[in-house]
Amino acid sequence: MPVILATDLIMYFLFLMAASFTVFAARGGGVCAQVWRHIRKDRLAMVSMFILLLYGGVALMDSIRWRDPITAQDGTFAQTPDGKRIFNPQALSLLDRILHNLREDTEKTFSPPFAGYSYVKEAIERPNGATERDYAPLKHPGDHWLGTDKVGSDVLFSALKGIRTGVVIGTGTTIIIIPFALFFGVLAGYFGGFADDIIQYIYTTLSSIPGVLLIVAFMLIFGTSGYQGGLVTEDTLLFGFFVPQDRLFWLCVIMGITSWTDLCRIIRGETLKLRELEYVQAANAFGVSDTMTIIRHIVPNLMHLVLITLVLQFSSLVLAEAILSYIGIGVGPETGSWGNMINSARLELSREPVVWWSILGAFIFMFGLVLPANIFGDSVRDSLDPRLRMGKR
Amino acid sequence: MTPVLEVKNLKTYFRTPFGLGKAVDGISFSIGKGETFALVGESGCGKSVTALSIMQLVPGPHGFIAEGECFLNGKEITGLSESEKRKIRGNNISMIFQEPMTSLNPVFTIGEQIVEAVKLHHKKSSREARDIAVGMLGKVRLKSPETLFKEYPHRLSGGMRQRVMIAMALACKPDLLIADEPTTSLDVTIQREILNLIKELQTEMFASVLLISHNLAVVFENANRVGVMYGGKIVEMSGTKDIFRNPMHPYTIKLLRAAPGVEKRTKPLDTIPGAVPASVDFPAGCRFSGRCHREMEGCAAMEPPLYGRENSHLVTHLVTHLAAHLVACHLYDPGFMSKPYSRPLGKIPEAAPLPALPHKDRETLLTVKGLKYYYPVKKGILKKTTGYLRAVDGIDLTVRKGSTLALVGESGCGKTTAGKAILKLIEPTEGNVIFKGCDITRLSGRGLLPYRSLMQIIFQDPYSSLDPRMMAGDIIEEGLKSLKPGLGKKSRKERVSRVLDMVGLTPDMRNRYPHEFSGGQRQRIGIARVLAVEPEFIVCDEATSSLDVSVQAQILNLLKSIQQDFGLSFLFITHDLSIVEYMADEVAVMYDGKIVESGTVEEIFTNPKEEYTKRLLLAVPRIEVA
Repeated sequence: MPVILATDLIMYFLFLMAASFTVFAARGGGVCAQVWRHIRKDRLAMVSMFILLLYGGVALMDSIRWRDPITAQDGTFAQTPDGKRIFNPQALSLLDRILHNLREDTEKTFSPPFAGYSYVKEAIERPNGATERDYAPLKHPGDHWLGTDKVGSDVLFSALKGIRTGVVIGTGTTIIIIPFALFFGVLAGYFGGFADDIIQYIYTTLSSIPGVLLIVAFMLIFGTSGYQGGLVTEDTLLFGFFVPQDRLFWLCVIMGITSWTDLCRIIRGETLKLRELEYVQAANAFGVSDTMTIIRHIVPNLMHLVLITLVLQFSSLVLAEAILSYIGIGVGPETGSWGNMINSARLELSREPVVWWSILGAFIFMFGLVLPANIFGDSVRDSLDPRLRMGKR
Repeated sequence: MTPVLEVKNLKTYFRTPFGLGKAVDGISFSIGKGETFALVGESGCGKSVTALSIMQLVPGPHGFIAEGECFLNGKEITGLSESEKRKIRGNNISMIFQEPMTSLNPVFTIGEQIVEAVKLHHKKSSREARDIAVGMLGKVRLKSPETLFKEYPHRLSGGMRQRVMIAMALACKPDLLIADEPTTSLDVTIQREILNLIKELQTEMFASVLLISHNLAVVFENANRVGVMYGGKIVEMSGTKDIFRNPMHPYTIKLLRAAPGVEKRTKPLDTIPGAVPASVDFPAGCRFSGRCHREMEGCAAMEPPLYGRENSHLVTHLVTHLAAHLVACHLYDPGFMSKPYSRPLGKIPEAAPLPALPHKDRETLLTVKGLKYYYPVKKGILKKTTGYLRAVDGIDLTVRKGSTLALVGESGCGKTTAGKAILKLIEPTEGNVIFKGCDITRLSGRGLLPYRSLMQIIFQDPYSSLDPRMMAGDIIEEGLKSLKPGLGKKSRKERVSRVLDMVGLTPDMRNRYPHEFSGGQRQRIGIARVLAVEPEFIVCDEATSSLDVSVQAQILNLLKSIQQDFGLSFLFITHDLSIVEYMADEVAVMYDGKIVESGTVEEIFTNPKEEYTKRLLLAVPRIEVA
């Protein structure tokens, strides 16, 4: 039975956007084809796009999930007394199923990358019956490319699971930020006066409260956990396959609400400047309506700022998730995330000998998302700027 | 006597993504003691890069001096180390920049900035340096230098700041003062004062000046010798009187003819086709080929050397300090002229005279009565209006059908605000604007729409008046869509092609973005956009002041011809009185939000009554070759 989390919808939306971009770009003409023509010539952006597509693919696979029926020991489906099948409350994603081996092949505790033996000594019973403390051989030697963590699960797998969290946090929050910031920023900047005052009051108030405190408060109110307990049967599945109570989703919403102010402030300032420019006044002299002026002259000329800010914010959002997980109000420990990995690395780095691979894994994967996102964002911005588009030969 | 500065075959290049930009390409000149040498030419000719090269301040890492030497008092300075160069800058050579508003540091007092300049080069105690600074402030004719010493730059006007810059530049008694467009951003009356000041101090301190300007009249009044630059080369060099009386190079001749003036009223201005080429694609031969009206078959392939005759001896460009009239043009080379490739390429088109109509009998199109525009001054947290800034303070104007009214005045006098208030781009505080018998100040929203197409505006800056993200065709169509909603898609397209043709662009340019056009072409698009909605009255707000002289001539000609073809009326807002003389039928002089004097061009220019008008007219630099 399929299970759809609220955050899965974000991933599906992202997939739809990418798919429609491909369709429009292939059809030729229009903005999409323009962007594609530019990116195709930019080798660095192409590489970035490829990496981002890999990340997106992994995140998408991690967003398609379904519950399995519980089988009894005799191979038949477990059933309630009135004949309903019982399902496993934990819905495994496509990624979990593909990487079945990585998920299942756990060790006892820490082991370094590609190691054959455990990282800590333990009591081992030798074939001759003697017991001594030594590094135990692993169950799956050489299989853990990034080592294993404290409970012996594969770090590479955790990092791969973190991709979905990172992508969802980055894009989900962004999707919430853009309309807020753009609408209020343009409104305040273009019309000024009363609207400007009100909007300025709102965002000054919001940004004067420490962001983390606000997020903590919101999380305590809304951030309930996904699985509410109880037996999951066919009936519950029919009606409850959509799960709105998703911590990650609320994290996106809350971070979106608290961080639209920066972009809004930038947009308001730029709109104030654009409003006085002569081409806007010329539109005014032609009797073009305010709505049309905003759509045609203001917003397109703001897009570069929006893109720059979002790309920068994307990185800081991924980092913010780590911070929030660190203080325990981020995604739950059951959700794999780089924040959780960094959080646990705090203790691993202070022990002797140092366990370094867990934080390395998180670092590599975060770096691999944030850097291509920056490069790709820059290239998209350039492609939208007619001055640069023609300048490049 | 060794000249103060001698530049020999200087070449300053820039590496750009499009190739090597030869901004300055082998120029030689020298400046004697106490002499003013002027470099004149349009923007992009390499004047400022020459100045920066002499200062050894070529912006790296892309720019570099590829070849050539500069001698200061006979000493080579191009090969010096960075610390030696620093000793020269500000001490032996100092520079005044174009923009006085940004060339002073706003967080230090004026005194501190001059003292810093003095102490950097001379071992003086703070007391002595302070005395020198105060003395310099007095020398640049600033009142109460002691008080000004402690003042911050923002408290000073542009003219005063430029005086401070001069004080700073001259504090170390340099041998050479480089003035790079020192008055371009200033009003005419202040321009006159600053130029006079530089001249006086120059005589007093016996310094040499390298004056860089695009304004021929400024150069005529201030320089002893002139070098005309084009495409990174000096194309003509001689004494000032000589060059203006007897210009030889076709470029110099054209520049002089393109400048508007009263004597050219009845005919179109002489123009130079096209625009200054970018430094990466200069023509291989003569740099002026392609735009020259006397081009010959061999010009584009062969580069003419700069040479002249002195006592019937041929002298070349390497001899720099000579009284000879040097020119780089094949026309004066008997060797070239005797060859078959000296056949002229095209004919010199003779400008046809424009028929002039007596403007007094024309009917009135627009009347402005007691127009006021006040900016509220808001203070406190509650932003209570505590007073008003009277930008436009009750002006009356009359514009006749098919004629041009010029509104002149210095920056800040409210002329642009007045223009916008007349068009209702800003809501006037008080007064009436009666257009074709209808008071448009009472209209708003939909009622105003029919008048929007009849009254239009052309803006000053061709770079900010076109949306960079829209194609030329869409920009022109925008007004049509809004004001002529009855037109179908096809007839809109037709009209766009027609107006593009009218302003001298080709219809296929509709699919280009604004940045692909030159400044002059962009201004043409701005005009085309306005013409598309068929207006009867156009406000031209400094429509040519950001353009080069040759391009300005093209635009003025275009405006004049469309005025004649369609019987349009113009309100020409400008600070340039030579344009007024050339374009306008009537003039209104504005000062401090009020009209101080108005009348026909002849009345005002020959017989000004108000003190302010007289002062304004006197301040205009003029070329008068007897």
